[in-house]
Amino acid sequence: MNIKWSTGRRLAVLLAPLAMCGFAATAGAQSMRDVETVAKDRGLTTADLIAAAKTYLPSGQKDEYLMFASGGHAGQIFVVGLPSMRLLRSIAVFTPEPWQGWGFGVGDKIIAEGFPNGKSNLWGDTHHPALSETKGDYDGQFLFINDKINARVAVIDLRDWETKQIIKNPLTLSDHGGTFVTPNTEYIIEGGQYATPWGSDYAPISEYKEQYKGSVTLWKFDRNRGRIDKTQSFAIELPPYWQDLSDAGKLASDGFFFMNSLNTELATGGIQDKKPPFEAGASRNATDFLHIIDWKKAEQVFKAGKVEQIKGFPVITLKTALAEGLLHLTPEPRSPHGVDVAPKGDFIVISGKLDPHVTIYSMEKIKQAITSRTYSGTDEFGVPILDFDSVVEARIEVGLGPLHTQFGPDGYAYTSLYLDSAVARWTLGGSYGSSTPEPDWTLVHKTPVHYNVGHIAAAEGDTVSPDGKYLVSLNKWSVDRFVPTGPLLPQNLQLLDISDDGTNMPVLYDMAMGVGEPHYAQIIKADKLNTWTVYPEVGWDPHVQNINPMAPKPKMERVQRNDDNSVDIYMTAIRSHFNPEHIYLKQGDTVRWHITNTERAVDATHGFAVPVYNITASLEPGESVTIEFVADTPGTFPFYCSEFCSALHLEMMGYLMVEPK
Amino acid sequence: MVSIVDRILGPRVEPEEVSTHSLRYGAPGVLLLIARVLLLTSLFLPYWHMELQAPQYPDGLHMTAFLNALTGDVAEIDGLNHYIGMRSLYEAAEIERIVGVFIMIAFVVMLELAAYIHTRWAVLLIAPAVFFPVVFLVDLHLWMRHFGLNLDPHAPLSNAVKPFVPTALGKGGIGQFVTVATPGTGLILATVASFVLIAALYFHRRAYLPLVKQRNATAASPTSA
Ligand SMILES: [Cu+2]
Repeated sequence: MNIKWSTGRRLAVLLAPLAMCGFAATAGAQSMRDVETVAKDRGLTTADLIAAAKTYLPSGQKDEYLMFASGGHAGQIFVVGLPSMRLLRSIAVFTPEPWQGWGFGVGDKIIAEGFPNGKSNLWGDTHHPALSETKGDYDGQFLFINDKINARVAVIDLRDWETKQIIKNPLTLSDHGGTFVTPNTEYIIEGGQYATPWGSDYAPISEYKEQYKGSVTLWKFDRNRGRIDKTQSFAIELPPYWQDLSDAGKLASDGFFFMNSLNTELATGGIQDKKPPFEAGASRNATDFLHIIDWKKAEQVFKAGKVEQIKGFPVITLKTALAEGLLHLTPEPRSPHGVDVAPKGDFIVISGKLDPHVTIYSMEKIKQAITSRTYSGTDEFGVPILDFDSVVEARIEVGLGPLHTQFGPDGYAYTSLYLDSAVARWTLGGSYGSSTPEPDWTLVHKTPVHYNVGHIAAAEGDTVSPDGKYLVSLNKWSVDRFVPTGPLLPQNLQLLDISDDGTNMPVLYDMAMGVGEPHYAQIIKADKLNTWTVYPEVGWDPHVQNINPMAPKPKMERVQRNDDNSVDIYMTAIRSHFNPEHIYLKQGDTVRWHITNTERAVDATHGFAVPVYNITASLEPGESVTIEFVADTPGTFPFYCSEFCSALHLEMMGYLMVEPK
Repeated sequence: MVSIVDRILGPRVEPEEVSTHSLRYGAPGVLLLIARVLLLTSLFLPYWHMELQAPQYPDGLHMTAFLNALTGDVAEIDGLNHYIGMRSLYEAAEIERIVGVFIMIAFVVMLELAAYIHTRWAVLLIAPAVFFPVVFLVDLHLWMRHFGLNLDPHAPLSNAVKPFVPTALGKGGIGQFVTVATPGTGLILATVASFVLIAALYFHRRAYLPLVKQRNATAASPTSA
């Protein structure tokens, strides 16, 4: 009995930990075997599982990088987190956007500043975002973007991710060579594209050579004000080639920038008259011209007043540019897309999409050729052409349709291959050569992408210190990658893992982008940004990034009728009411409706939407806005908060009553 | 004849007596000094914390009460409280927040004086400071009770939330919020001061009661009349 009892007790003691193990096993019952089961059920390979593990972010975990992608026709910026490839939000720029309340009472004046020739224009074709830089590295403060369709440049403040300025180029009507910044964001480069007469005035195309102009504009950026300073900006006249993408020099090439061009044939098309169409005429020559421009010298020329005022804007004429030695050309493979400066600024990589090579120019050789005037001639406008062989460092055959090049931290460069639908990895030479296992100037690997890649963006891959790790292939066609979405298919943004050496460069993730066609994108380490989560103080005017002393404050709410029959409404918004809730106006009143969101809690955004009057605003915590309109339509209008801000969100409303005359 | 002042101040102790029994006569004064330092320090420290936890506030909402101020997410908490019809927290204990610092300074002065009084009258000067932490908590409780039980019946959520008494210390709950109220370091120091003062009273009694008795005995004896 005694023995039995003690055995029983011992058993109990032994079983207790087992029972605990059993419990633990039940609580965390999942094992790698379950992963295998799921993989089997869903037909996933080991590579798929690794890709998932590299990109999946559990709820609450944050992305390491932010990609600021142009939105193409959307006229916006799309911000995507890496490696999750989640679309975090869009930033409205040229196009009105209701959720952000952009262009429906707020931001209208900024959009209107960019109206071409004073004509209302409510979309943009955004192409090339440029993050502000300090010493050639992203500083996370500002973002710039061009609009190709109307040659405009916008400034976005990355504290609140809002557009602060849109500036219309007075000289040209299309730009493609923007935006690119000089190493300390002294200037934002905006290259024109399709040549037009100055200010797009009328001239028949038969006068193409005489009347049509090429140009590049250098917008001076005032970092303290967060604005382009038009009074300190200038343009340089260029031959009427179609100037294309550009890139600013840095380190070894600091003080210069580079621009591609096409249609150096000066083709004028005319297919309807049985003349060669542009596509043939503009790619007849084997080479086009790389423009090499000395912007530091140009700045001195501008400051010395050697400019002509054209359309009210200072222009260094082609004649002056040549006299001052600001501009040189050198042949480049025809129909080029990217011109991309290597991290140390010593090499410039150019791809002509009809030539399977990337062509690498040496800055040292360019400088030598300029000094020793090693010209192969001049073009028909008298611009000196540097001898091609004297300035080229290397040519590498990478594949069909090479477009754009980005860089890694380790001596690798990456080039998109539009026709091959692939991203090529190749090695740089010179002082980069020793950091790669492969020989210098060699193609290492091509990873297929799906399909027709345009730009690529590597993590900080166009700065003086690229991060490597990730590369996004911005593919134009998705064809069979997603469930059909009607005849209009989304773009496919593919994430590639470039952290490994050599031939291992797998695709990790496909992100469908069904809201516009991103062109270029830049990828910045997320911790470089100092983003506000609420505005610093209640009554904040985002347009001036300061307190508005006139902003409505609690207990100061009122409707004020002025002597001139204008009405100022001072309103506050807080969960879950507007104050005041009754607004009486008379038909014809000019109204300035001031609203402050007095919230301090993160994410306590209120909307403000008025029917019939086409008003919708987004009021983020602390923000104060003023909406101006004429109360021209009489009636009773329930206005309301259009953000689900609280459990009593539906009740957050009021009545606007406009009494008929 | 012993004057009223002398009766209150109590017997003086001869310097040589003090130096022979430095511990006996020094202890009350030292303890009173410690209590004064603790109370003065507590003026600059929080007396009370309240944390509100809810899913949509991952970092919680925090409110801290000093003797003279309310800090933290008071505006946000007020904003939420308006749904249940609770008045703004800024309206609570307004007078206490104005006079709190002066009362505390008065306590310190009283304790300073108490060091010179060698009779039971010293208790009168010391006792208020002893009871201060309890009074603070009772006052806090009464305010919370008052606020919690007097909700605006026209508030948006008056149907959903019945009047309640928020907890002054410990865990409570209202709606989707869990509330955790904890004493601040100031209140803890004031409580320590209370115990130090009780010890001071004990040593005070041990040092001076025999002297008072002795003097009273002498005064009552007919020979010295
Ligand atoms: Cu709201």
